[in-house]
Amino acid sequence: MLQIFQRHLSIPLRDEVYRNSRSISRSKWTERLHLQPKNIYTTGMQSIPINTYDSPTAVLELIYKLKVKDVMTSDIHTSTPSTTMGQVRTILKANSITGLPVIENKQILGIVSMEDVLQALDAGRIDAPVEQYMSKKLIVLEEDMPIFFAISYFGRYSYRRFPVINKANELVGIVTSRDITTKLLLEANREIERLEDETGTPQEVYTGQIERWFTVQSYDFENAGFASTEIKKILKGRSINSQTARRIAISAYELEMNLVVHSKGGSIHFLMDDSRVLVQADDTGPGIEDVEAALTEGYTTATEWIRSLGFGAGMGLPNVQRVSDEFSLTSEPSRGTHAKSIILLPRHEQKQINQTAQKE
Amino acid sequence: MKVQAIQDCITGEFKTQGDPAAEIQNAYTSDLLSDVMGNAPADSVLITVQGHKNTVAVANLVGMPAIILCNGRSVPQDMQESAEQEEIALYTTNLDQFTASYKIAHALGKI
Repeated sequence: MLQIFQRHLSIPLRDEVYRNSRSISRSKWTERLHLQPKNIYTTGMQSIPINTYDSPTAVLELIYKLKVKDVMTSDIHTSTPSTTMGQVRTILKANSITGLPVIENKQILGIVSMEDVLQALDAGRIDAPVEQYMSKKLIVLEEDMPIFFAISYFGRYSYRRFPVINKANELVGIVTSRDITTKLLLEANREIERLEDETGTPQEVYTGQIERWFTVQSYDFENAGFASTEIKKILKGRSINSQTARRIAISAYELEMNLVVHSKGGSIHFLMDDSRVLVQADDTGPGIEDVEAALTEGYTTATEWIRSLGFGAGMGLPNVQRVSDEFSLTSEPSRGTHAKSIILLPRHEQKQINQTAQKE
Repeated sequence: MKVQAIQDCITGEFKTQGDPAAEIQNAYTSDLLSDVMGNAPADSVLITVQGHKNTVAVANLVGMPAIILCNGRSVPQDMQESAEQEEIALYTTNLDQFTASYKIAHALGKI
């Protein structure tokens, strides 16, 4: 009996599941990783160490985004119902695999395994056709299902692999738990690389610059204001006029407090050359739902507690925007927020800084 | 008026002296630190009930030489230390913000 798991179909009773159906093929991904393809059956594959309900968001996103067809192996060995058990043994041995899907007219009829071959051998019927020994009870996945389904099935059943079919019920591949973990690792790596590119050091290179990085912790009111106070000291040391210094201080303080009050923690990047000052705040989340609203004076998402401390009046980002010559704010709810404020130094100040720099 | 002269028009006490000779030209009354940050004039005294370390940070960044803490609010240790470090005068009073404000306004010759 062929059981096709549709997205919303309930799962059949365990008894209906034939536990020994198996077929192994090399994963194209393991080959790319130069891992020796292993006999998964004899090495005892463990279940996937990822659950589908409270894994990190990035992982959950991946397991919903990736489809079974993205991780499955499509280059697979098969047999027909009339293949003899002896021929099956040869194929299994030659390819270091422990099971073969049995197909006819591209439709999967069952799976024949090494155990079935042993049974045939014991009975002295090694020339019997596969259809007499293959197991017909099996669970298949559809190629368009998110791998979320595959993971939950691997967790639910003791199978180490599932045949994969397309909409026309044709066998198109096999998926093993190894295929899934390998693909997830590769995708997670790619995601990390992408995030690193996104949050890497800015491209602008200034000459004669002063650069500082400050780490800001979430809800750390104890040290809140440290970065902006340090920045103010630098400005004072460089004899920036008080009006400009104040604008820079406002920008730095508000961005810093936003990290303390609203983010999961982040960093303040201060970069000054002889013509301008950059204050940039980057955090890793939770991000701003409505960027436009966040720039509207009076709009706040701060809690009562935060407001009682005199913060969260909905003036922070509008203040930064007002004092900046250039201002940009990008945010995605799951990716974090990046705020950039540039304040140009007046001409006479640029001269002054040059002079100070020369003296130094 | 000088920072030192705050005690002549408002009953209360200095928790930190700051720079007693610093000149106060204006005042700003608010409990919202972003509001203070964005709108308070420099060289003014901050009249507020926000008794914590960040009030000092804001006063320092804006360039305010003194803070008057109203309604008998107590001064936390770290706030006092921070004010000492930044040389900002911290003055506590039992008066409310409105009363403190008009007394300072009078002393500044605004009314």
